[in-house]
Amino acid sequence: MSETPPTQPEPTGPRIGADEWVARSDERAETRGGISGRVRAWYERVPKPAVFAVAVAAGALVPLLTAQTENDIYFLRVGTVALVFALLALGLNVAVGFAGLLDLGYIAYYGIGAYGYAMLSSDKFGLHWEAWLVIPLVVAVSALVGLLLALPSRRLVGDYLAIVTLFFGQIFYIIATQGYRVSFLGLNKDLGLDRANWDLTGGPNGIANVDRLGAFGLTASSERAYFYITLVAVVLVFAVLTLANRSRTGRAWRALHDDPLAAQAMSVPVNWLKLLAVGLGAAVAALAGTINAALLQGAFPDDYNTQVLIIIYAMVVLGGAGSLAGAVLGAVLVSVFMLEGLRPQTPIGDLTGNGRWVFYGAILLVLVTTIRPWRRLAAILGGIAAFGVVVHAIVAATTERGTDGLLNTAPDTFEEGGPLGWLIRQWLALPGGTYEVGSRTWFNVALVGLIALVLCMTLVKGWMRDALIIPAVWLAGFVWETRLVLEASGPTRLLLLGVILVVVMVARPQGILGRPRVEIV
Amino acid sequence: MDAFQLVAYFQDFQLTWDYFLDQLVAGLTLGSLYGLIAIGYSMVYGILKLLNFAHGEVFMIGSYIGFFVLTWLGGAADPSLPIVVVIALMFLAAMVGAGLLGVVIERFAYRPLREKRASRIAPLISALGVSFFLQQLAVLLFGSAPKQYDAFSFDSGSFFTSITIGPFEIQYMQLFVITTTVCLMVALTIFIARTQVGRAMRATSFDLEAASMMGIDVDRVIVVTFLIGSALAGAAGVMNGLIFQNVDPYVGFQVGLIAFTAAVVGGIGSIPGAMAGGLAIGIGRAFSVGYVSSSYQDVIVFVILIAFLLLRPSGLFGTPVPQKV
Repeated sequence: MSETPPTQPEPTGPRIGADEWVARSDERAETRGGISGRVRAWYERVPKPAVFAVAVAAGALVPLLTAQTENDIYFLRVGTVALVFALLALGLNVAVGFAGLLDLGYIAYYGIGAYGYAMLSSDKFGLHWEAWLVIPLVVAVSALVGLLLALPSRRLVGDYLAIVTLFFGQIFYIIATQGYRVSFLGLNKDLGLDRANWDLTGGPNGIANVDRLGAFGLTASSERAYFYITLVAVVLVFAVLTLANRSRTGRAWRALHDDPLAAQAMSVPVNWLKLLAVGLGAAVAALAGTINAALLQGAFPDDYNTQVLIIIYAMVVLGGAGSLAGAVLGAVLVSVFMLEGLRPQTPIGDLTGNGRWVFYGAILLVLVTTIRPWRRLAAILGGIAAFGVVVHAIVAATTERGTDGLLNTAPDTFEEGGPLGWLIRQWLALPGGTYEVGSRTWFNVALVGLIALVLCMTLVKGWMRDALIIPAVWLAGFVWETRLVLEASGPTRLLLLGVILVVVMVARPQGILGRPRVEIV
Repeated sequence: MDAFQLVAYFQDFQLTWDYFLDQLVAGLTLGSLYGLIAIGYSMVYGILKLLNFAHGEVFMIGSYIGFFVLTWLGGAADPSLPIVVVIALMFLAAMVGAGLLGVVIERFAYRPLREKRASRIAPLISALGVSFFLQQLAVLLFGSAPKQYDAFSFDSGSFFTSITIGPFEIQYMQLFVITTTVCLMVALTIFIARTQVGRAMRATSFDLEAASMMGIDVDRVIVVTFLIGSALAGAAGVMNGLIFQNVDPYVGFQVGLIAFTAAVVGGIGSIPGAMAGGLAIGIGRAFSVGYVSSSYQDVIVFVILIAFLLLRPSGLFGTPVPQKV
């Protein structure tokens, strides 16, 4: 790491490291009219540290607004998990956003953090080391593993790093699930060792009864304590990464990101910077892992598999790769709305209805923000409503099974579903016995049809596209109510995350808060 | 442990010549499979410099298409057509379906990024998204439980009886897989070497921009590349079903990762290299199952990958290309 550069007078012209078009994008944004333009202009005038302080204060107030009852513990846990993901997204942002390296083994460092903490402070091996000792140790080991892993691919094109790290992530999962019967070539008994197999990782069952975080006699045991510990970790990591991003190293990372070859020609130490980015990301991930292991009081292999990696990637990409605030925003959005909002059942009761609100709300939000002017929007919304009612009438008149299917309001209850449910049942044509296994054919046809429609929509323009939106929204509602809502915490969630990755990359590669990349040829 | 125990120990491991040959044949069969998939990775990488993570999922969908054709024709136990016709139709449908899927993926997930001149990492993330999307789509459409090919029932089991060729004892199924792969490879080699499209593909892979300046329709070449690569993956999908008897939504990710390693080991961008890499990885995996442990076969593949990256980064057949500016 390099020291921060000496303070310079504020440059008046284009900033160094960004070309003129990019440098002036703020000015152009300010000239935008309307309410959004005025809000943006006002937001631009607020100094960034103040925004940061307000965000942190708002986060810190969350637990104070809740009493420690059973329900609030759930909401606090949602917040803590969101913060752990924010930490993970910040760490991944170093490799992906700053340096432009596709680190697909990132999940393994998270796992190393969790398993490291679990092994060193639990009953597993009878070690109960304190957190002030374990956390730095585990973080350092993880960073070292990251460096070693990036080493073989350092001389090669960035893509090799992606394969090596992806494979490493898989290997970590294999070791975690198979590590309960480790033996030295099956020869333990013959070599005079005390048992045939060693149990290192607990295999598929993981390691349970892990100690709470504690140091110098103090132990964090309440849900609030973990919220604050994680918040402090996020703030610290955010600050460190902001400084790193502004340092000479940060500028060199950006150079590497934009053009590795040109950076090398300018005598930027490309290889060392790649190693550093992967290593720093690994350290942050391991920190998140230790917190997660202490929070769950255990380390279980399925928390550290490729699906979680995709979740973290979706967070970083949605928020905008390279933007730290974007990473935190993406993590909070995805983990609150997609991981928790779509969950059908929680400790405090059934929440299938929430998934319904999130789903239709997201569709409405996308339509409202992308379709202008409002007359066109009104026509499309009206068309959607009318289309549903007409289809409902036709189906009710022609089919035997009719349209009196009930809604799924909990994993195994089917009801009318209140006012929203009434609206949905009038709009969609849900046949009787919608949720029986035999109805899957209709769901499959509708889902494939929906995908085909959406793909066609990207090919046509103008009124044709508007016309396609109407059946597409209706079909989306149909597949959601017939099957997706049942699997909301499983395949549905991952399916939507995959869609997010593709759509963000195709439509807005810079994400919500990122800066658009301009290539000068 | 004395010498006698050591001998007994290795006898436990069935360290006999016949056992070795059996593992070799199993490895060649697996290797043909990996090689076919690796070609798709290698061809796309050669032209677009893109790791097509979704390729493994195309393979998985091909395997499902083969399964559905088999079920539609009455299943393996009681096929409504002669067994040869059934297998031919399975291959045909899987290759056409997978090929079209590959073209659709290219059209909607990669081409928009190419037209926008997005950063290098963007298509990779998009590919990752497509891969996950297809995997979970398969879970939703077909269920996460494995579908049984039940190929043991073909012709009351004769498909899996062995014949002896020289020192090898080989099942008809293995013979069939290896022969089909060789035929597809020969066809592909002739296509690339002799036809005009093949020549355009070689030119594009050599230098995309120069090729487009010479009047080659690069977009069309890319579509053909995805079509061929995905069709081969579809064929491999049916073979996978015949070898392992079942297909599940997660098979694409696992096999795709190994096949990609095969492409790297063989020298990415080189078609004979992909085949050779596939055979090397297939034999390595078969031996690690036969002699060490089946849980750690992926670890062994990973070790091979790291060793190659350290010792010979351009792979078996690749030539190191200096980066031009």
